[in-house]
Amino acid sequence: MNREWRDRLQRWAPYAVTPALILVVLPAMGVGPWLTLTVAGLTMGVMLFLMASGLTLIFGLMDVLNFAHAAFITTGAYVAVTAVGWVAGWTSEVSLALNLAAMLLALVCAAAASGALGFVFEQIIIRRVYGAPLLQILITMGALIVIEQMVVVLWGPDALPLPKPAALRGSVIVGSSPIETYRLVALCVGLIVAVAMQLVLTRTRIGLLVRAGVEDREMVESLGYHIRRLFIGVFVAGTALAGMGGMMWAQYQTLVSSQIGDSMTVLVFIILIIGGLGSVGGCFIGAILVGLTSNYVEFLSPKLALGSNILLMVLILMWRPRGLFPLAEH
Amino acid sequence: MAEANDVLLRLTDVYTDIGRYQILHGVNLTVRRGRVTMLLGRNGVGKTTTLRTIMGLWKARKGEIVFDGQSIVGKATPDIAQLGIAYVPENMGIFGKLTVRENLLLATGPKGFAQERLDRVFDCFPALKLKWDAAAGLLSGGQKQMLAIGRAIMEQRRLLVVDEPTKGLSPAVVEHFIAALLALKSEQTTLLLVEQNFRVAQVMGDEVAVMDQGRIIHTGSMSELDKDQALQQRLLGLSLGVGA
Repeated sequence: MNREWRDRLQRWAPYAVTPALILVVLPAMGVGPWLTLTVAGLTMGVMLFLMASGLTLIFGLMDVLNFAHAAFITTGAYVAVTAVGWVAGWTSEVSLALNLAAMLLALVCAAAASGALGFVFEQIIIRRVYGAPLLQILITMGALIVIEQMVVVLWGPDALPLPKPAALRGSVIVGSSPIETYRLVALCVGLIVAVAMQLVLTRTRIGLLVRAGVEDREMVESLGYHIRRLFIGVFVAGTALAGMGGMMWAQYQTLVSSQIGDSMTVLVFIILIIGGLGSVGGCFIGAILVGLTSNYVEFLSPKLALGSNILLMVLILMWRPRGLFPLAEH
Repeated sequence: MAEANDVLLRLTDVYTDIGRYQILHGVNLTVRRGRVTMLLGRNGVGKTTTLRTIMGLWKARKGEIVFDGQSIVGKATPDIAQLGIAYVPENMGIFGKLTVRENLLLATGPKGFAQERLDRVFDCFPALKLKWDAAAGLLSGGQKQMLAIGRAIMEQRRLLVVDEPTKGLSPAVVEHFIAALLALKSEQTTLLLVEQNFRVAQVMGDEVAVMDQGRIIHTGSMSELDKDQALQQRLLGLSLGVGA
């Protein structure tokens, strides 16, 4: 094989991992469970992507390790409980339009609250610890505890229900496979947000600056752009996305506790590492891989379920030590 | 001594530290409008630090840097760039994941490409037109350098600060660069070039400043240095023959 082909293979091989995983498990489980679990895995993947994408951009652009990211997931979930409470009638009625309107309201409120908290957080905490990774870890972990306790003060210590909208509670049968309606809707919503994000990143000047800044922020500044201002915008958008992910995950689980963000933290960091720190495309593929792996392994070998994603990360890092889509500067 | 209104950039007694290391020990440098000033010296004498200090990427601990009558010490890098200074770092600063088009677009104003400027870049570096939609990371070293310089001249700039434009390039590509830089020179573009290749310095330079141990130890015209082999030997350790 000549060098050109080897380079091409190196470049394109990471894209083949997800389809290969989907196809490899098919003979082991049969078409019915495979279809159900694949949709479940994809749904979980896009929700994880929403939660993780902001963090990867925040790291990529400013090398900020934000361990408080889970707090924004939690905030989004709790604000969604409140927002859905305002329009309880919309979710209990079997009306797709009203149900979707309630979901949209909850998503917007979750994103707005998490984004606003993210803005305050960046101004008060993050800007003081640029370029100091150890301080970033310590202060963001401390802030995570503070925010989670504030959530307990505001919403109480007990887990709160966040029921799925009435019209989205059942399943649709595809072939002989039952697929939860909520999962399909969540998958569509997640994909719409992911596509919108991709369009912003690839078709707008701000997106171009973000992509350039992730690669070499010093050069972006040398071209006359204030990367600090850009970073504030990215931080707010990233935390808003985490809030949206938190809302969708909470409704998927139908229950919200103050640990909902914490429980996702390990998965979010695994996704970042698998995808390549700072890479949004890598983050998407990493999230889908984690979602699929969790669902497949839980079905095929429940005893391995707990460590399946760690194992996935180890395998990928053995193959590509800097993740599937590493960026030049990181 | 350069006339005051002739001077575009002046560094006076500039000291810069990197961590606990003192790199610049009182640099005095003058760049005159419409002239090409070569900053020469051995490796590790502070040439790149001088350029980065001008751009605000490293902060001067002491001293004054005046650009077109305005002090730029302590200003943020983007504000310095917005005054009309284009900087091409030693590593070229190419965004490898972005296309050639996107790399150039970043150097334009809010309205995007001006056809006239774009044509000028293509005239200097036709290869960029051919690689328009290719990822910049896949370009050859010479093409990346073309892109870096092309990006620097995408908009009208008052000063181009370029760090070792010919480093690591093949002789044929170096000749191409010399031609492109001479075209810029003929348009009275003000250039501050760090260069290790003395032949490039000979062809390009109007003025020369030689650095050693974080200080400017010689300033004068390039033609003087070009003719004085003993001076070349003393300042740069060169032995190239008179006018070589």
